[in-house]
Amino acid sequence: MEIIATYGFIFMAMAVVFGLYMTWGIGANDVANAMGTSVGSGAITVKQAIIIAAIFEFAGAFIAGGNVTATIRKGIIDPSSIVNQPEILVYGMLAALLAAAIWLMIASSKGWPVSTTHSIVGAVIGFAVVGIGVDAVQWGKVGQIAASWVVSPVLGGTIAFVLMMSIRRLILNTDNPFQSAKRWGPAYVFLLGFIISLVTLFKGLKHLKLELSVGMSFGVAVIFGLVLAGIGWMLINRVKVDPSADRDFHFASVEKVFTPMMVFTACAMAFAHGSNDVANGIGPLAAVVSIVQSGGEVAQKASLPLWILVLGGVGIVTGLATMGYRVMKTIGSGITQLTPSRGYCATLAAAATVVLASRTGLPVSTTHIAVGAVIGVGLARGVGAIDLRVIGNIVVSWLVTLPIGAGLAAVFFFTLKGMFG
Amino acid sequence: MSTTNPFANLFGKSPFKALQVHMRIVLECAREIPPLFDALAAGDQEAVVTLKNKIFEREAEADKIKNDLRGALPKSLFMPVDRRDLLEVLQMQDSIADTAQDIAGMLFERRMEIPAFMKEPMLALARRSVDACEQSAKIIEELDELVAMGFRGREATQVEEMVEKLNLIEDDTDDLGIELARHLFEHEDEMKPVSVMMWYQLIEWVGDLADYAEKVGDRLRLLIAR
Repeated sequence: MEIIATYGFIFMAMAVVFGLYMTWGIGANDVANAMGTSVGSGAITVKQAIIIAAIFEFAGAFIAGGNVTATIRKGIIDPSSIVNQPEILVYGMLAALLAAAIWLMIASSKGWPVSTTHSIVGAVIGFAVVGIGVDAVQWGKVGQIAASWVVSPVLGGTIAFVLMMSIRRLILNTDNPFQSAKRWGPAYVFLLGFIISLVTLFKGLKHLKLELSVGMSFGVAVIFGLVLAGIGWMLINRVKVDPSADRDFHFASVEKVFTPMMVFTACAMAFAHGSNDVANGIGPLAAVVSIVQSGGEVAQKASLPLWILVLGGVGIVTGLATMGYRVMKTIGSGITQLTPSRGYCATLAAAATVVLASRTGLPVSTTHIAVGAVIGVGLARGVGAIDLRVIGNIVVSWLVTLPIGAGLAAVFFFTLKGMFG
Repeated sequence: MSTTNPFANLFGKSPFKALQVHMRIVLECAREIPPLFDALAAGDQEAVVTLKNKIFEREAEADKIKNDLRGALPKSLFMPVDRRDLLEVLQMQDSIADTAQDIAGMLFERRMEIPAFMKEPMLALARRSVDACEQSAKIIEELDELVAMGFRGREATQVEEMVEKLNLIEDDTDDLGIELARHLFEHEDEMKPVSVMMWYQLIEWVGDLADYAEKVGDRLRLLIAR
């Protein structure tokens, strides 16, 4: 207890710095991955992507991110055996943050498709094993999380596949695809607003003092979807047929209908990412802050202070503006194959899956789900060429990230323990 | 940071764009064949040389694209079509350019003089063969739409119809070729034996332009069916 009292401020400062470092890294690489499909399909510019990300990442973290933060803070480890040594948990969380952030730095500079989520989960487990003991890890929960890493990209891919098929049937394979696109466009926007808001509201938003019944959730989701559809309808109505572009590619005008719709999916994706991935940076930070502020209580139920969320948001936007900018440009020029309609399917599928996982408190990898969604579109024979080696790399990065995150966290844990006693 | 981002890496270069670019160049080769016979009939050796050079240049260009595309199609690439079928289409397209080159080479190197009775029918055959190439190029231009539709539905039906039309054009070239060969054999006593053989070869080759064009369409049909 004295250690916390003596070094409390230093711990807080370290947590803030490491947390900023981590969220900066998330913004630099991860957000760019999440928004890449929108930028790549030409629906929004890089600048617009940054603005959208700034707003909706924060909104996602604030409105729907609580569950994941809680999981990372206290779902993976059982701290009951160290109630009398709260500093262990502080060292551990600091070590985990630093380990994950450094590993992310290394991996993204090498171009390995690692996941921020996997890094932080691996790091938390790593410190728990060496710092508390193997039994302190809630292996059941970890198993659930690991299973979600397999299930979520598959789910994202399946949704994308179904969406792609529906667009073909309802829009492309008709007498007048352009008219069909205009007719069904708002319906697809409604679908997006409805799904995202329903998933967000379904379990209620306790921390916002908003408890909705299932029926009310449905009602609000319908209203939200209708409002979005209205806005979408106005935007879509402005789209005109471009005969010269149609000569080259018959569906050019149809794709133009999907372009304004991609703006909505970009927002949804940023929201989804915020609800899931911001927690990776601020979860451990929140854990440290709550221990220090309560003077050493380990398992209390404090709510997430707003300033921590803001801090996470600032870190992400800074990362995006300083480094993510370039990453997004690379992605944008790399995936010209993703037309707005295909991008719409992939992004909506990914966003819905991520928000769904977040609401159940499962930290999933946005990048991997987005990759899964793109492959779903590919399975519908909708993408010219997908390099399957990326899947191989992802699997390898899974297998590597967990032990390396864990190992690094263990090293930092002992370093911190040595420094502070 | 890095240029090797999982997302940028996920997307291989679409082979269909390259296939279309290749076909456009191949078509440029084929299109020069009727003017070549024209120039030959007019005795304009200068024009023959210019046209021949143009065909040779284009053929080399097509070869380069072909090789690049082949090199860019690793087995790990997941495509909406079978890799082997795709390479077959490419091969058939390339054969059109190769054949155009053979024709131009022969006309130039052997300083062929076109017998008066062959002028018109030869030109007709060449034009019809180029029609076949034009039609197959048109089909290849539909690849974007086919991908958008997942190689199904109306778009696939439309391409099927285009292939049918291509087959009809190719039938025409067969008839024209047989007719022309018959003409040639009627006049064979008036010509040098080697010339007769060479002209027969040329008739074959000009007909081959349409043959390969037809095969492009047929292979594309396989691509759709998978």
